[in-house]
Amino acid sequence: MRVSRLVRLAGLLATLWLGLGNPCPAAARIATDSAGRQVDIPDTVTRVFAAGPPASVLLYALAPEMMIGWVKAPRDAEKPFLLKSVRDLPELGRLTGRGDTLNLETLLASKPDLIIDFGTLNDTYISLADRVQAQTGIPYFLLDGRFGATATAVRLLGEVLGTRERAGQLAKAIEVILADADRVIAAVPASSRPRVYLARGSEGLETGTRGSINSEIIERVGATNVAEGLMRNGAIATASTEQIIAWAPDTLITMDRNFHADVRNKPTWGPIPAVTSGRVYLSPSLPFGFIDTPPSLNRLLGVMWLTHVFYPEQAQGNLRDKVRDFYALFYQVPVSDADLDLIINRAGGLK
Amino acid sequence: MNTRAGLVTSGLAAIFLLTVLVAATIGPYQIPPLDIVTAILGRLAGSPVDATLDTVLMQIRLPRVAAAALVGAALAGAGAAYQTLFRNPLVSPDILGVSTGAGLGAVFGILLGLPVMAIQLLGFVTGLATVSIVAFLARILRSQNDIFVLVLSGIVVGSLASAAISLIKILADPYQQLPAITFWLLGSIAGIKLVDVAAIAPLIALGLAILVAFRWHIGVLSLGDDEARALGIDAARVRLVIIVAATLVTASVVAVSGVIGWVGLMVPHMARMIVGERFDRMLPATLLLGASFMIIVDTLARSMAKIEVPLGVLTAVVGAPTFVWLLARSRGVWVRR
Repeated sequence: MRVSRLVRLAGLLATLWLGLGNPCPAAARIATDSAGRQVDIPDTVTRVFAAGPPASVLLYALAPEMMIGWVKAPRDAEKPFLLKSVRDLPELGRLTGRGDTLNLETLLASKPDLIIDFGTLNDTYISLADRVQAQTGIPYFLLDGRFGATATAVRLLGEVLGTRERAGQLAKAIEVILADADRVIAAVPASSRPRVYLARGSEGLETGTRGSINSEIIERVGATNVAEGLMRNGAIATASTEQIIAWAPDTLITMDRNFHADVRNKPTWGPIPAVTSGRVYLSPSLPFGFIDTPPSLNRLLGVMWLTHVFYPEQAQGNLRDKVRDFYALFYQVPVSDADLDLIINRAGGLK
Repeated sequence: MNTRAGLVTSGLAAIFLLTVLVAATIGPYQIPPLDIVTAILGRLAGSPVDATLDTVLMQIRLPRVAAAALVGAALAGAGAAYQTLFRNPLVSPDILGVSTGAGLGAVFGILLGLPVMAIQLLGFVTGLATVSIVAFLARILRSQNDIFVLVLSGIVVGSLASAAISLIKILADPYQQLPAITFWLLGSIAGIKLVDVAAIAPLIALGLAILVAFRWHIGVLSLGDDEARALGIDAARVRLVIIVAATLVTASVVAVSGVIGWVGLMVPHMARMIVGERFDRMLPATLLLGASFMIIVDTLARSMAKIEVPLGVLTAVVGAPTFVWLLARSRGVWVRR
């Protein structure tokens, strides 16, 4: 009791000291984040900083009004698929991952009540969170970014941000999407599921190996990722064309428009079954990628899309409607038929 | 003595041919050696061969072996020329900043999302430009010790370029561009194509031909400018020609393969141990050894694991201990004259 009184007193003093413009977040409750850290959450949270691109997408879906900036500003092509209120928020840089581009003073100047990160939980990220929190005094909340934990993470963040209702809505939709996919996958015998190669980069030689967060979605929809990495560690790696021929994938998924357009004209890709049969699919990327880039809620669109692409006979319902509903619920933007053509049809297999 | 050097060089040539043959039979796509022979013969005779086998062999594996041989010979040859020219055993082909310069251009190309051919061209141009800047700096700073200023300018401009590379890495998209940049900077010929080989082969051949043609001059220059002048050689001009040739060769290689360290540093030392210090004997040995070494390393890179292991990593793992061993063996060779 004495501690909490002290904290409140400190909060009050700090409020007086900092003036009226910025009511200092007083630690009003304690929440446990996905890494088991006890984080003091201010009474009201209105300004949230997302530490990396996955957290950005999560925050945008759950509480766009609390965003104070982007890790990387959206490009012009992406803006029509984002809410007007957030399109032109400033680019603040990233705190996590490889190479921070954010100055902690910039972070403080943007006055967030809370910092969130969504993704891999390991000691590096946990200690980063602890350090930033100690240095800036801003609570830093970690959320588990694994696919299976998505709905839980959304609900947990909803609790913290005080947007329980919307979080419940989104979490429910997530569970429905994943359960639908599971039902379709269960109806397909393992032998008739595709063997997929994920072609990244303009040459298609970069790939996410089995078990990596970048290719997780392939395994999530019951397919086999042909690319095996070193020591079973999933990561982004380079493969040679000869190795890809030896793997003989029956389906290619790419994120690169040029590669998708050119692959049939590349003689070295000719012998690959996926190319011969025209099963080369371009992952949609507006406003966020369907496969990864970043690995966040946007991948649920990929789950729906790949379920229809891989198992057209078993998948139920209309993909266009599902995608439209997802954009309406998660991104809160209407999608016209022309937009859908732009988003989906360009992705189709080569004919 | 002469016959011995000739014999050794022939032996190295035989080893080179053997590595080419063995490398052609190794790869993730299994082809029995006999099928390779029939495929090649069939292609020469114009009879139809299995399409996949033909693609794997003619479009992927053999161009890659050829590229490895070119890359190895080029880097080793340029390294040997520089080491002798600068009379310094620690010099490698990128001493004048050509690798970092080419790296900067290529990495910038990746950041801009340019097509691969444009990335390679940009790397080539910035590599040449970097060395030109270095040469220009050395010229306006002209001092008593020309070579010293030249090498120092190379280090200065090179570290500036690598700072710029670091900046680009920070700005790059961490999901798409950063992995591409990292792989490129570690060197790989996984994506090499017949057209790439065809594009760089004439440039490398030209550069190496110049080095071979000037092998006597380089040898004489290593004795010092005064000795060279006494023998009627214009040291400054010959040095410029050698630098241009070695830069051309290195820039062509780096443009398609990324930065591959150690080869240009280590292979000349191996050659020196085998055939001695005379540059005219050492150069052919260096070229053959460099080609064989690179083919072996690249074969490892593509067959050790299902995914590619970056060449720069392998050359460092193989190169560092070998270099220490060479130093231990050749104590005294590089003592101060």
